[in-house]
Amino acid sequence: MMLLLLLLLPVVAAVGAYFTTHDGARRTVLVMSAAAHATMVTATWAVTPAPLLGGWVRLDALGQLFLSVTSALFLLVAIHSVGYLQRESRGARRDSEEALWFANAPEATFTTCLLLFLAAMTLVTVSHRFGLLWLAIEMTTLASAPLIYFHRHHRSLEATWKYLLVCSVGIALALLGNFFLAVAASNHGGEPIPLVLNDLIERAAELHVPWLKAAFLLLMVGYGTKMGLAPLHTWLPDAHSEAPSVVSALLSGALLNCAFLGVLRIQQVCEAAGQGAFGRDVFVDFGLLSMAVAAVFIVGQPDYKRMLAYSSVEHMGLLSLGVGLGGVAAFGAMLHAVNHSLTKAMLFLIAGNILAAYRTKSTRDVRGVLRVLPMSGVLWVTGFLAITGSPPFGPFLSELTILRGALDQDRSVVAFLYLTFLAVIFVGMATAVLRMAQGTPATEATNAPGGEPVSAIVPSAVLAAIVLVLGLYIPGPLRDALAAAARTLG
Amino acid sequence: MSVWVDTALVLLALTSLLLVASSRLTRCIRIVAFQGSILGVLTLLVHHDELVLRTLMLAAAIVALKGAAFPWLLSRVLQDADVRREVEPLVGYISSLLIGTLMLAVSFWLSARLPLPRPAVSSLVVPIALFTTLIGLFVIVTRRTALTQVLAYLVLENGIYVFGVGLVQGTPMLVELGVLLDVFVAVFVMGIAIFHINREFDHIDTEQLTLLKDWAE
Amino acid sequence: MSLAPFVHLLLALVCAPLLFSVINRTKAMIAGRDGQVLLQPYYDLAKLLKKGAVYSGTTTWVFRAGPVVGLAALLVATALVPFGGRAAPVAFAGDLILFASLLGLLRFFTVIAALDTGSSFEGMGASREVTFSALAEPALLLGLAAVARQTGSLSLSTMYAGVDLDTWVVAAPVFALLAGALLVVFLAENARIPVDDPTTHLELTMIHEVMVLDHGGPDLAFILYASALKLWLLGMLLVGLVVPVRTANPWLDGGAATAGMIGVAILTGIIESCMARWRLTRVPQLLVAASVLSALALALMLR
Repeated sequence: MMLLLLLLLPVVAAVGAYFTTHDGARRTVLVMSAAAHATMVTATWAVTPAPLLGGWVRLDALGQLFLSVTSALFLLVAIHSVGYLQRESRGARRDSEEALWFANAPEATFTTCLLLFLAAMTLVTVSHRFGLLWLAIEMTTLASAPLIYFHRHHRSLEATWKYLLVCSVGIALALLGNFFLAVAASNHGGEPIPLVLNDLIERAAELHVPWLKAAFLLLMVGYGTKMGLAPLHTWLPDAHSEAPSVVSALLSGALLNCAFLGVLRIQQVCEAAGQGAFGRDVFVDFGLLSMAVAAVFIVGQPDYKRMLAYSSVEHMGLLSLGVGLGGVAAFGAMLHAVNHSLTKAMLFLIAGNILAAYRTKSTRDVRGVLRVLPMSGVLWVTGFLAITGSPPFGPFLSELTILRGALDQDRSVVAFLYLTFLAVIFVGMATAVLRMAQGTPATEATNAPGGEPVSAIVPSAVLAAIVLVLGLYIPGPLRDALAAAARTLG
Repeated sequence: MSVWVDTALVLLALTSLLLVASSRLTRCIRIVAFQGSILGVLTLLVHHDELVLRTLMLAAAIVALKGAAFPWLLSRVLQDADVRREVEPLVGYISSLLIGTLMLAVSFWLSARLPLPRPAVSSLVVPIALFTTLIGLFVIVTRRTALTQVLAYLVLENGIYVFGVGLVQGTPMLVELGVLLDVFVAVFVMGIAIFHINREFDHIDTEQLTLLKDWAE
Repeated sequence: MSLAPFVHLLLALVCAPLLFSVINRTKAMIAGRDGQVLLQPYYDLAKLLKKGAVYSGTTTWVFRAGPVVGLAALLVATALVPFGGRAAPVAFAGDLILFASLLGLLRFFTVIAALDTGSSFEGMGASREVTFSALAEPALLLGLAAVARQTGSLSLSTMYAGVDLDTWVVAAPVFALLAGALLVVFLAENARIPVDDPTTHLELTMIHEVMVLDHGGPDLAFILYASALKLWLLGMLLVGLVVPVRTANPWLDGGAATAGMIGVAILTGIIESCMARWRLTRVPQLLVAASVLSALALALMLR
């Protein structure tokens, strides 16, 4: 019942938002439904909801973790977007990079798609049947494409086209992976094993191994495309740099996690079938490759939103690496999923503030953020420190745990590469962020209409505070949830 | 009966090769429409001993969507874009044909590595399904026109569907409906995107969509 | 020693030029004309044999040897090709390679005879001919390999003896592909539309015609006759595949094969009437497509 409400609420709200004509009322609907969703998710921590549809829809430890992060993030982003939409609803705009006029998509479309996006992501976290999981991830692609195309000009169209094409191909390959999984579960002509996670784990010994491995590879490639693992990440930088910052925050903070969940599900099946080692090797390879690619492209990156996008690629690689190492590193990966989502979302929201004030995405042209937007500036530097793994923030703890996992297993090459990439990324981001934050701003480039509105600062500040707290102390229930999630991954 | 299934699968492979070698966009659309019809016939052939209503409806839906509706939609988009012949692809037509043959060999080799746990309706299902999927991927990567990329995506889906209909028994409906939904919404959305692209850019050459990149000119 | 294999030899040698008249009559009928007399090619051959030949001062013995060697090669090749499912006069394992090589010998000598004249027109024709034949060769060989694989033998005679109705039912898609590929090879090797236009007068569009531009008299007669024989032989390869009549009665088989041969000629006439010659840059695509069809057939055969 609770799960049904959780799924239906955003959909109903979306329909309502579409037909609401008054902008203010629509924004209220957005925030109210986000708050209701978050409340219900908090309730699931107290009382585990019953599964639906005979086990197809079920909330387990892993799903609950990702659902909570998604819901919390969505609430804070919704609050921020109220102010954002207020500022954006002023008719035809002049593009900052090419001085061309463009319009925005209708706000109703934007809000509706945001809520549908939430619904789709919720469905991803609670699906236990592989077909349904696939469908839910497909729906996230379709719900988020119009969001990327909010600013109607040719660059965002290009970004949307790449997003659609690359992610659709990935999803199609994932569908093939699902078919392969069905063949693996076909049980030699008897009654086939249903493609439900718990059934597959129980009867994993009966799965046909070559097909299971092939299914794993296809699902890894397919969902990995949505997750942003290199070399399948090509849509990520474009989509994140052209989409509005609230959308980028959700994409990086929530969507990538949902795709990660898809990959984790098949890894759980592989573990149960005794092919865990094979899966883990693939994870480690993808993880290191993603971190390498991100390191190469972050250094000297002229566009700060693209820089954040490549940072997402790096962190997805980190997650993949953690899961691939297993053991205590898996715990670190789960903790890092939470930390990264919160930090990256905050960074994107602040980047949105900077963009609104400076009207440019270039790291070279932005100067003196600490002076022009003092609170955003502080949060910007804080976010940078957090995301690159400086103590006392949360990501430091999770990255350290993953490192410990690597060293415990005597995988010194992996540990060495890991630290090298982290160091390179730290230096690359440091030069960009610190240069942006300090210095004197060029006078004609600053235009901070109305200073820093509350709705643009408070959500980011809350996120920063949470990340700081997580670096110092992990609350008991969270630690248990993380441990339970890590246990399912070996 | 196996001969008819084999013939349908071979026709599918031939049409995929023809797509690789065609430069005229209208012809490409017709090829993909024809493939959709073959798939509908294949559905009926595979389930010929238990022609339930839902199988008939599925076959009818596939022929209607993939054989008629999508091609019609895409040719409408083509009319708006007013492009008849594709710009020269990244890999020339003869090389594409040769690479296509290579992919055929690879598909046969791969399917030999994946022994089926239970016999399928024809031994050609796995190789031809893999081949069609590979051809779809290849054309997406090497073609520049947005329209051909969408057509190749349809071909990719066709290959995956052949897999579904030929091998997955037990709970086929969810899976096949999934494919239909996937294609439907993706093509619909992509069709709209192409329309927008044409309006913004006055062409549908995706090679020129290179404004967003990481290195300076 | 039975006489049956030599019947085909005789039939081919005597009736090959008739194919030209069948093709031309078909084209004429489609165009609404009356067309040539059926025995016209024989009259042409007789006329040419009575004439004398003029040899340019720039040519050597190669120019004179070209037509002769080519015809000799084809006469040997005629002894290799089976008719109506019966064995040919000369049959051994691997004779399909010899067959392809003899065709290659004909081509080679035609080409060097053309180059021997030192004229750039012949050279242009020679280069085109060589390119297109190189592309058509895999189609022919892969196609024959597929048939060999299906019937389990490497001799043309046993291969074609094995292609009967039962084999067709089992391997219908494969043989259909092969028939397509062999038809394209037939059209390409015999310089028919859409690869080359046998009636063109524009030197820039010629391929085969231009190579034989300087031959006259008996040499031209040899070349004409050799083209007729080549038409018959490649057509017989196609007919052997497409007309799987293999009864015990030699008259029935022979009659079916002859009818098939005439059918192929009529089909060529129809194709020539309905299509124009393709642009030279499109022809390689067609030939590669034929090779791909053969490769596909072979792949299907091998699995």
